[in-house]
Amino acid sequence: MPYTYNTPAQQDEMLQAIGADSIDELFDSIPEAMKLGRPLLIPPALGELELTAHMQELARQNSNITDNVCFLGAGSYDHFVPAVIDTIASRGEFYTSYTPYQPEVSQGNLQVMFEYQTLICQLTGMDVSNASLYDGGSAAVEAMLMAVSITRRHNRVLVLESVHPEYRQILETYFTTIGTEVVTLSSPDQLSESLDETTAAVLMQSPNFFGNVEDISAIAEQVHQAGALLVCSVDPISLGILKRPGDAGVDIVVAEGQSLGTPLLYGGPYLGIMACREEFVRRLPGRIAGQTVDQDGNRCWVLTLQTREQHIRREKATSNICTNQGLFALRAAIYLSVMGPQGMRNVADLCLQKAHYAHQQLTQLDRFEAVGEQPFFKEFVVRDKQNDVAGLLDKGEDFNIFAGVALGKWYPQYEDCLLIAVTEKRTIDEINQLVEVLGS
Amino acid sequence: MNAEELLYCDTHEWVFISDQDGQKLATVGISAFAVEQLTDLVYMELPSVGVAVTAGEEFGEVESVKAVSPLYSPVTGTVTAVNEDLPDNLDTLNTDPYGAGWIMKVAVSDELSDNLLDYVAYQRQCGEAG
Amino acid sequence: MRNNHSTQLIFELSTTGRTGVQLPACDVPQQEIEQLIPAALLQSEAPDLPEVTEPEVVRHFTNLSTLNMSVDTHYYPLGSCTMKYNPKRNERIAAWDGFAQLHPYQSDESVQGMLQLLWKLQQMLGEISGLPAVSLQPAAGAHGELAALMVAAAYFHQQGETRSKVLAPDSAHGTNPASARMAGFDFVTIRSQADGRVDLEHLKENLGDDTAVFMITNPSTLGLFDDQVQLIADLVHEAGGLIYLDGANMNAILGISRPGDFGADMMHFNPHKTFSGPHGGGGPGAGPICMTETLRPFLPNPTVTFCDETQTYYLDHGTQESIGRVRSFFGNVGVLIRAYCYIRTHGPEGLRRVSETAVLNANYLLSQVKGFLGVPHGDRCMHEFVASAVSVKESTGLKQPAMQIAKRLLDYGFHPPTVYFPLTVPEGMMMEPTETESKQTLDAFAETLQTILQEPIETLNNAPHSTHIRRPDEVMAARQPIVKWTETAD
Repeated sequence: MPYTYNTPAQQDEMLQAIGADSIDELFDSIPEAMKLGRPLLIPPALGELELTAHMQELARQNSNITDNVCFLGAGSYDHFVPAVIDTIASRGEFYTSYTPYQPEVSQGNLQVMFEYQTLICQLTGMDVSNASLYDGGSAAVEAMLMAVSITRRHNRVLVLESVHPEYRQILETYFTTIGTEVVTLSSPDQLSESLDETTAAVLMQSPNFFGNVEDISAIAEQVHQAGALLVCSVDPISLGILKRPGDAGVDIVVAEGQSLGTPLLYGGPYLGIMACREEFVRRLPGRIAGQTVDQDGNRCWVLTLQTREQHIRREKATSNICTNQGLFALRAAIYLSVMGPQGMRNVADLCLQKAHYAHQQLTQLDRFEAVGEQPFFKEFVVRDKQNDVAGLLDKGEDFNIFAGVALGKWYPQYEDCLLIAVTEKRTIDEINQLVEVLGS
Repeated sequence: MNAEELLYCDTHEWVFISDQDGQKLATVGISAFAVEQLTDLVYMELPSVGVAVTAGEEFGEVESVKAVSPLYSPVTGTVTAVNEDLPDNLDTLNTDPYGAGWIMKVAVSDELSDNLLDYVAYQRQCGEAG
Repeated sequence: MRNNHSTQLIFELSTTGRTGVQLPACDVPQQEIEQLIPAALLQSEAPDLPEVTEPEVVRHFTNLSTLNMSVDTHYYPLGSCTMKYNPKRNERIAAWDGFAQLHPYQSDESVQGMLQLLWKLQQMLGEISGLPAVSLQPAAGAHGELAALMVAAAYFHQQGETRSKVLAPDSAHGTNPASARMAGFDFVTIRSQADGRVDLEHLKENLGDDTAVFMITNPSTLGLFDDQVQLIADLVHEAGGLIYLDGANMNAILGISRPGDFGADMMHFNPHKTFSGPHGGGGPGAGPICMTETLRPFLPNPTVTFCDETQTYYLDHGTQESIGRVRSFFGNVGVLIRAYCYIRTHGPEGLRRVSETAVLNANYLLSQVKGFLGVPHGDRCMHEFVASAVSVKESTGLKQPAMQIAKRLLDYGFHPPTVYFPLTVPEGMMMEPTETESKQTLDAFAETLQTILQEPIETLNNAPHSTHIRRPDEVMAARQPIVKWTETAD
């Protein structure tokens, strides 16, 4: 038994105190017919050394992005993670504590939540933030549910096709179940004809799934004219240079927070960011930390507005969410603290410059052409005139390059297109090599 | 208002009926007993003026730190006024639940329910509950 | 020793001109930002974030960490949350580049080790639950509940049935009713009997052709195994409904009894609880769901499949019947890796012994506290039990004894049990020691509880006495919420 301490003699003492003859007797309340009566058919136990060897064997069968050069993005990005984040976040007091039900012994976590909420507001320009949700995708959907509940328009919502296709799929899953229609628009130009007084909200993304920066203010104006709410998914790194969504008229901002100090982790756990305008705070799902004073007048923090939540309001709660992503909110708080204003501006500028360099180099080749003319941030789409995206990706892997994400599985019209992300970590040599390999 | 002259729901709302130019007007609040039971109210959601309310159905909510209590309308009709200042001054419910602590006024459109209790009957109910 | 100077917010440490990072110079030809993106879409100034150095950040957050109780530092019997030891070997392994540095859109060929791990985890969870169809996608237990209820809705829809109601006992976690509503169902609360088991008569009254799912937590939130569960399953199945098992309490029955063998059609695991994982002040979790073969086609996708012919693993994006995605990418993989390590570390015998030890510890603690604290649901329990401080209320006149005892426990260096849950037990104190605590710790905890009950009433009224802060004003926090720092907030 790897993690327990009681000796057989102690166990006997305990049984005696309980008044039971055996441990089996403690399970008497389970009828015999419901007992398994055989060992589980799972592999035998491994000691730490054997487990480590076994896991090394599995890890070796994965090509990681440390040994390969990563131009993959599409909602999960290879940004640099400063060492302080791992050092602080792995402290047992953060790592092995839980939801701060007892504020007196959770001030560390509560203050981090409060600082995280503030940092997210500073970054997005929104009034209030919650203490995190699961990930960018479910945050987008929770925001749309929140918008339906605020507007009391249960008929339909609109979503732009340029929103992450998986986020749109989650939206479909949730809204099909509750009978709210999801209408997908291929362009913001269709908004004027699609918005009406039964539309609860519009979900957009900027920079969008293709990396393009949208004119959020223009869209917000249209959406508000129809009495609907605008939910916008953003890339937090882009906010080092892009206009803050709060200043552009967004009602609820959501984001995938992975870029803020969390490694790729094959897709999770990540960080769902959600912030909104002041007037919606009581509709916001998830935990929220609030400032108060203790009986001696000391400034301190507690979970607040708890009556929104499932453990109190049960079937009338704003959401069923219970756990949050505290550990990743902590990572994001540390990331934003060490980066500061200049760091965020620098990292965004580096992404922008490098992505444009890569775009320019690739589209100079005969084989590729640019797709669309919208401005982009750190990610862009190129069309392979030879229509062999799979071949390109294979070739990249031969040279230890993950060259991009094929768009065909989500967008038939872009079957010959590749989505390429360039973060601050990519060097000019790596970009030149990508260009050379894809062009050869 | 004098607590003894009011009618009560078994859900602790009080109602005072007056006559205004032949129109029955109901003033609605919550009882001192309810305020005491709820302890430390932190938030209240009022209905909007102009909405229809129905006797026995929810028209708003009061919240304490860790509990939510729906408010049930004693009468059927249309909301003509709400006490806008109340949510920001919830202590008024403790100091003057039957006066300044009123919640809404309703133009009554239906007969009063038989289920409303007079002061004595309501006190008896609270005695049993407490 | 704590640094008592460190109570500022990170924003208050800010000094203009400081930074905690040094990024490389730009190595590609640079262009003016305005040439690349129209000025109207740009923010003219850098974000309004604090300006602090790396050492300041480290000291700030390190000091904050010392204000938390945690499993690594304290006994943490928070009932229903299974706060067991978090094995460090799992943490090291999960952080390896071969697991942590994988992009979710890498080709299946390039992540065969990861897919193999996830496939094996699907198989193992299927075996442990007795429900072989598994999706690892949900991000937390509540998310798993919701996904499973969506599966039920899709299943009934395909059967041409409209079933609108989800039922659960009054002792259920708040997530159950909330998930039911989010999945579009009406929710009906079923009463529990005085002994904590489901009131069968009340259940029967509410069963009908509109019953979609009965959600049951077994062992229950009272720490009792409801031996009627098979009977309940039969009743619900007869009415045409499905049984959902809330797997929050699986730590009690690993390798001993399987939900699939006592009538459940669907369930979720909380791997961060049952199979250990970092709790991180509230998360991450994961919420894999397991179902009968009948329901497999409706599972959220993708799942991992093994191809016999090519001997490779691949992401299976499901069939037309699938409810679709509930989360972006694959799921909370990092949590799943730790669960895999945990299960492999224990093996069949070890998992069984986890539950045996958890149940032994809980029963032992119960035997040590029942002399002075009421335990309304009998002398035996599974992995946790709910004591009631109601008698203390009567004998001492304390207004909220469960809360007051909890606060006093803090002074003695113990994290309190879960208080005031489930809602069905007045002054409830839900204690879950888990298997990773020693007899000595349990003895110390029980002795402390007894000591507290003999202390003068003022001592409890004013507790805690020794913590960094005492009795924060939650009313003030909720009346005028301050949920972010601003320069004038103080």
